[in-house]
Amino acid sequence: MSTEHPVQAETPSVEPPSTPTRRTFIATTTVVGGVAVAGGLVAGPLTPVAEEAVAAEAPPGSRVSLTVNGVRRTVTVDNRTSLLDLLREHLDLTGSKKGCNAGACGACTVLVDGRRINSCLTLAVRLDGAEVTTIEGLAKGDRLHPLQQAFIDQDAFQCGFCTPGQIVSGVGCIKEGHTGSPEEIREWMSGNLCRCGCYVKIERAVEQAAGRK
Amino acid sequence: MYPFTYTKAADTREALNAGRGGGRYIAGGTTLVDLMRETVERPETLVDISALPLREITVTKSGGLRIGALVSMTEAAAHRGVRALYPVISEALELSASAQLRNMATIGGNIMQRTRCTYFRDVTADCNKREPGSGCAAQEGFNRSHAILGTSDSCVATHPSDLAVALAALEATVHLRGPDGERTLPFADFLLKPGSTPNREQAARPGELITAVEIPAHPRPLKSGYLKVRDRQSYEFALTSAAVALHVRGGVIREAQVAAGGVGTVPWKLPAVEEALVGERPSDRLWTEAAEHAADGARPLTHNRFKAELLKRTVERQLRTVGGSK
Repeated sequence: MSTEHPVQAETPSVEPPSTPTRRTFIATTTVVGGVAVAGGLVAGPLTPVAEEAVAAEAPPGSRVSLTVNGVRRTVTVDNRTSLLDLLREHLDLTGSKKGCNAGACGACTVLVDGRRINSCLTLAVRLDGAEVTTIEGLAKGDRLHPLQQAFIDQDAFQCGFCTPGQIVSGVGCIKEGHTGSPEEIREWMSGNLCRCGCYVKIERAVEQAAGRK
Repeated sequence: MYPFTYTKAADTREALNAGRGGGRYIAGGTTLVDLMRETVERPETLVDISALPLREITVTKSGGLRIGALVSMTEAAAHRGVRALYPVISEALELSASAQLRNMATIGGNIMQRTRCTYFRDVTADCNKREPGSGCAAQEGFNRSHAILGTSDSCVATHPSDLAVALAALEATVHLRGPDGERTLPFADFLLKPGSTPNREQAARPGELITAVEIPAHPRPLKSGYLKVRDRQSYEFALTSAAVALHVRGGVIREAQVAAGGVGTVPWKLPAVEEALVGERPSDRLWTEAAEHAADGARPLTHNRFKAELLKRTVERQLRTVGGSK
């Protein structure tokens, strides 16, 4: 799993930034944590601290104002930041998961202006004025969203890693009206992979929440 | 991902100005962001064109359809006019990617998307498309999913789009707008075969914007549809695919439009199949005979020999689906 901001290479035009291994990721995180605490920047700007510490000048960033789960957020982001990293690394909304980080697994699915999308392939900088709903924004207080309840009722998960993406995607699927048959649900939920293989129960949960059961 | 500056164009003029200055247009971003993360793409400036007024689908004077470049794949597939006139377009779109990606991706971006060749996406591999002159790792590598038609010694990568196969079949045109004004290209001239310059994939000039794709009027009734064959049933690229449109009047096929996907370096129009159909009466035997020409000229690689036979069967099946079993 990688964040969007590996420690920046000093001469990026010559040497491509290598994809961080798990080890370098942990190291980077430690540095960020250390600097953040030392500099008292825990609630500081959203540009990655480690990067600023290494690079002479900060990479291009932009100011974005968006609504996440009903709360207005104005942030300054490195232009490279994906919506997924903005949610997870900066807004502390870790429900949306980083699976493939390439639009191939659906674990990062959120709603933007009511439509389900892959947050890993969405640049945060492009979302000025957008309304984002994540898995954290579905329940009303202690009352679960009907699809969240349906996932429990149908026992539609094992490890749970893909579940937030499955549920948000299912909410989109139901809203779109692609729940006419189990086959239709399967086809229109195909953008969400489940390596535990809970597909049969996931389909039933979507069916239940769509009111067909 | 390399750092880049970001600007959002308020209108077409602003976009073209930024494009002229070397900015790279971003619409849905589903291909571009992915490739930037892999450092295959390294734009210094992104020009967000999502605010441009290119979101309309209109019926043209001649009875064809014009689809704005920024219409999402979801919207285009669901559009009543598209579904009624050209089901092959809707089907090709809905068999592409996932619901999430189709909500993001646009029609203009779809035909600008780059190959899924794993060697192209791997910056440590030799790839003439990514780095001209470096070689083609696919020729001697794992090439099961690669092309058998339109290949060259430089490149054997398939074009990944399903929509493009339907557009090729229907002989669509691409409307472009650049610093020097507007122009229209036949779809067949828009996507380029690799030849010795696989790094050039589209005929669009630097700074040019796709404003729309247009499907010309075809004689009605026109029956059409898309068949996609792949390793898993959904959310996967094609091994082979077939876009078929037939106009039958008085029991005779008057017009036949057929193209194949998953097999060519560009969407592969099949004129020999079309010629075998026109003037004939629909029959199961005709479908089989016509489809025999589907893989004419194929040059299989080590691992994709199966594609020639699979393509014939895919075309035959789709001719029968669209034209009826008789």
